Amino acid sequence: MCLAIPMKVKRIRDGSGIVEYRGVEREVSLLLLEDVREGDYILVHAGFAIGKIDEEAARETLDLIEDLFQEQSPYGTSGRRIGSGFDD
Amino acid sequence: MGVVEPFRDSALVERVVEALRSLSMPRSIRIMHVCGTHENSIARFGLRELLPSTIRVIAGPGCPVCVCPVEDIEMAMRLSLEKGVILATFGDMVRIPTPSGSLLDAKARGGDVRIVYSPFDALQLAERNPTEEVVFFSVGFETTACGVAAMILQGVPRNLSFLVSHRLIPPAMEFLLGVGDIRIDGFIIPGHVTTVMGLEEYRIFPEAYGMPVVSAGFEPVDVLTAILMIGRQIKDGKALCENAYRRAVKEAGNRKAKEAMAEVFTVSDAYWRGIGRLPRSGLILKGEYDRIDARKRFSIDLREPSLDLNPGCSCHLIMIGKIDPPSCPLFGRRCTPQTPYGPCMVSFDGTCNVWYRHRQG
Ligand code: SF4
Repeated sequence: MCLAIPMKVKRIRDGSGIVEYRGVEREVSLLLLEDVREGDYILVHAGFAIGKIDEEAARETLDLIEDLFQEQSPYGTSGRRIGSGFDD
Repeated sequence: MGVVEPFRDSALVERVVEALRSLSMPRSIRIMHVCGTHENSIARFGLRELLPSTIRVIAGPGCPVCVCPVEDIEMAMRLSLEKGVILATFGDMVRIPTPSGSLLDAKARGGDVRIVYSPFDALQLAERNPTEEVVFFSVGFETTACGVAAMILQGVPRNLSFLVSHRLIPPAMEFLLGVGDIRIDGFIIPGHVTTVMGLEEYRIFPEAYGMPVVSAGFEPVDVLTAILMIGRQIKDGKALCENAYRRAVKEAGNRKAKEAMAEVFTVSDAYWRGIGRLPRSGLILKGEYDRIDARKRFSIDLREPSLDLNPGCSCHLIMIGKIDPPSCPLFGRRCTPQTPYGPCMVSFDGTCNVWYRHRQG
């Protein structure tokens, strides 16, 4: 029921997003999202887009992972709160 | 940059695994996830084999059709057989076995049972069959409930009603922490449920239970990073609610989705198959939606439901992470995805089904 992979919005038609999944175009309801544009990546569940991929935040996560590597010290306790800075 | 590739990158996977190995946990830990999609990623990418022996990841109750009570499935069967409705529901729901059969059996006995991909398909069925009653058997966690709520708010045809059986994730996690003999040292929380709901309702776990929780996506780097973050918290003697899936999960979640759910549904106690009745763990339609509530629209006298599970099925232990599927004597013998004996073998989200599809040899 739940697709783990984000899907790219190819077109927007009457408030629905058209995505391509396994070579077949599917209509996805955009009722739950605000300002979706063509080219956005959305998360789809049972025919509804439930979230949008924030490409900026994707980069942040990769930086965060690098931080995690840096913090790996033989003494363990770095005392830094990891990943607590949310965007909103 | 693509949105998937960096989180599947094998060099990065290796580095996270390396960091996990050099964590050298002082004791062995058990991390639970509560999402069928996580179990699929873990099995598909062989992530368990990459973990150091001190870290175990176990699957909790992350399969919505598995925990859907027999009582509701029997009601759906009887709606199709006794009330002559068109009963529409998701594909894996129709095959879920109960001691009195499945919805597919009801179909074989003449019930009009249709498989739909989305609640909108049920709406279209109702539009195309204006003289028939259509009931959408609405099963799923928060991720499904929000779409159903949005659709209802837009208005549905007069001949469409809903048999609602939605469940909420946090109450199940809280319940598991109270089960004495299951040890859990941290939770990977489901990325898409938190995409919808946000992280606020998960803060209770570190704050009241001292339990680390980290929201994770579904690529190998996502899941392994969440495990690393939990491991780090435990090692540092901390318990925090962290976000390893920032590209989808925002602190406040999806505002529109949460508003739609709050508008249409109210929280109630609910029965989880194989687990029991959990306080404030389900959603029911609010009173003003009685007209589209199939439980109220059709008078089906409630009978004592059949047994929760077929005798010998261990799904009640699978769902709370107490045993792994191969510990069930029926796994892969009497019970396979082609001949499912218990609910956990049917759905792609069911732990037995996932393990069967990815079993060794
Ligand atoms: S293998 Fe089948 S019978 Fe055994 S616990 Fe899983 S679903 Fe139940």
